[in-house]
Amino acid sequence: MNYVGIDIGSTASKVVVRGEEDFHFVLPTGWSSKETTITIKEKLLSQGIDVNSEANRVTATGYGRVAVDFADNVITEITCHARGGRELCGDNCAVIDVGGQDTKIILISHGMVQDFLMNDKCSAGTGKFLEIMSNRLGVTLEELFELASTGNPVSISSLCTVFAESEVISYIGEGRKREDIAAGVVESVAAKVAQLAQRKDLPEKVILTGGLSNNPYFTDVLSKKTGKHVEPTAFGRYAGALGAALLAEEKRR
Amino acid sequence: MEIIKELPEVFEEFAEQRKKSFLSMKELKDKGVPVVGAYCTYFPQEIAMAMGAATVSLCSTSDETIPDAEKDLPKNLCPLIKSSYGFAITDKCPFFYFSDLVVGETTCDGKKKMYEYMGQFKDVFLMELPNTQKEEALKLWRSEIIRFKEYLEEKFDVEITEEQIRDAIKINNAGRRSLKALYETMKNDPVPIKGQDLFKVLYGSTFKFDRSQIPEEVDALVAKINKEYAEGKMEEKKPRILITGCPIGGATEKIIRAVEDNGGIAVTFESCSGAKSIDKLVDEDNPDVYDALARRYLDIGCSVMAPNPNRLELLGRLIDEYKVDGVVEMLLQACHTYAVESKGIRDFVTGEKHIPYIAVETDYSQADIGQLNTRITAFLEML
Repeated sequence: MNYVGIDIGSTASKVVVRGEEDFHFVLPTGWSSKETTITIKEKLLSQGIDVNSEANRVTATGYGRVAVDFADNVITEITCHARGGRELCGDNCAVIDVGGQDTKIILISHGMVQDFLMNDKCSAGTGKFLEIMSNRLGVTLEELFELASTGNPVSISSLCTVFAESEVISYIGEGRKREDIAAGVVESVAAKVAQLAQRKDLPEKVILTGGLSNNPYFTDVLSKKTGKHVEPTAFGRYAGALGAALLAEEKRR
Repeated sequence: MEIIKELPEVFEEFAEQRKKSFLSMKELKDKGVPVVGAYCTYFPQEIAMAMGAATVSLCSTSDETIPDAEKDLPKNLCPLIKSSYGFAITDKCPFFYFSDLVVGETTCDGKKKMYEYMGQFKDVFLMELPNTQKEEALKLWRSEIIRFKEYLEEKFDVEITEEQIRDAIKINNAGRRSLKALYETMKNDPVPIKGQDLFKVLYGSTFKFDRSQIPEEVDALVAKINKEYAEGKMEEKKPRILITGCPIGGATEKIIRAVEDNGGIAVTFESCSGAKSIDKLVDEDNPDVYDALARRYLDIGCSVMAPNPNRLELLGRLIDEYKVDGVVEMLLQACHTYAVESKGIRDFVTGEKHIPYIAVETDYSQADIGQLNTRITAFLEML
């Protein structure tokens, strides 16, 4: 028996397989979650996992979860991230997930979701913001963080991504150092995530999941902003898919 | 005074359903029945009913006229207020258009200031609603009810007797008893019907011009539900959700759907079209009809009251009686009183009742349905 968790995010799609087989992979979601789903299905088949077989149970999550028409279960990314997060940080902790288009704060207590928060109607504290700003600065996301780690952050005060981009453009116009602008961008995202997180009492143990989860510079900035030690996680990008795979197994029992 | 009988100039531009509503209102007006429109459950309907007027709820529930309203009102204002004002200035609401008088109350800041502008193109009677429920407040509210009665007498050149008011109280109490019996069928586990279907009946009852017809129609429905339930017709067993917060209707029924499309069932509504406005009766034995009305209406547990103990009392009772598994609160964007009160409700629900609570903020657009579904589904998965 194999348990497959598929997390179709707005930017990246993550797959975790547990059971007799044990592997994971990630691919860009692209413009159509439907096509991504087909690619995933083929990729799984090439590794010996037939999603339509009774021997393989599939749980889909993420904003594109409904596109996974071969899933046995569909569960929201909040529950899946909580389950995956619990696997990574234990029964009492908080998971901060900075995703491509939303940011979630999930509080886990005694192994159960106790409460959660999501950003609403705004992409300011998400990966999307970083993506737009790195494009504007003409660098990749990795390069943005490298630059940021050597810069002195400029202040980016706008709450709106579009206005913040204008702020960045005016800094560029003023001839500010790219490092300083990059540092300002990262700090701005961390500040917005911290703002959301501070609406709840965070426990001692806090981990970061999502695409930035293994970025120690970002967790450092986030720790400073939240006043908690936010731990990076090597497998954090897969937290949602991992949770989905675990839930597929638990539902089966 | 001459009551409004002509159709508005924009009538021909309307879609079929709206034309129908206009025509049925016109029919009523042609019979010479005056119409009193109101926006709030604090409105003492019985006074208007006592003079033979039809009463109708005017709270607007679609975003259609919000752009029109935003010419005069700020964008960052509650959608209910903007939409209501928008329908009023555009002549698009048959009920507002044919209302000979509109009654407002000094409930929240947004509404009471909006009424000032509405008064420039409509006869608006503003009742001063106290924001506490103390004895002094009761005195003021009683005198406001009498002032309203006197205003009606003068405007329509009629006399409203205590006997007529007493009769209206009896009619409305009978309607409340029937509606309560209807929503109490949801105490069954599993429930007999979907919460969205129950809501349609409750909400629809606020558009019944002749309130004396409510018991007969609703009692028949209750009898049908009970009979079918006994025969085994019922909904699946699902997590039982109580919905509380700002008024629901039209566009915001998306909250009920989000609960019921994603694995939950809305068993009871602690909001304006639900228990909040139906739960309590007017005391028929009180020799002072004005005192009886004042007490009944001032007791409503709306967040405009500070403090607001009656909301917690009702909420607690509903949670117990309906075996509620989780509470979903709907907050309309920029509704300060409900948004601020949300912490108190969360503390009460999670701390004293030990069940989960979630608050979702929304408006009259359909743009946030994906997000709402994710949040509410995740909440249901928690249960």
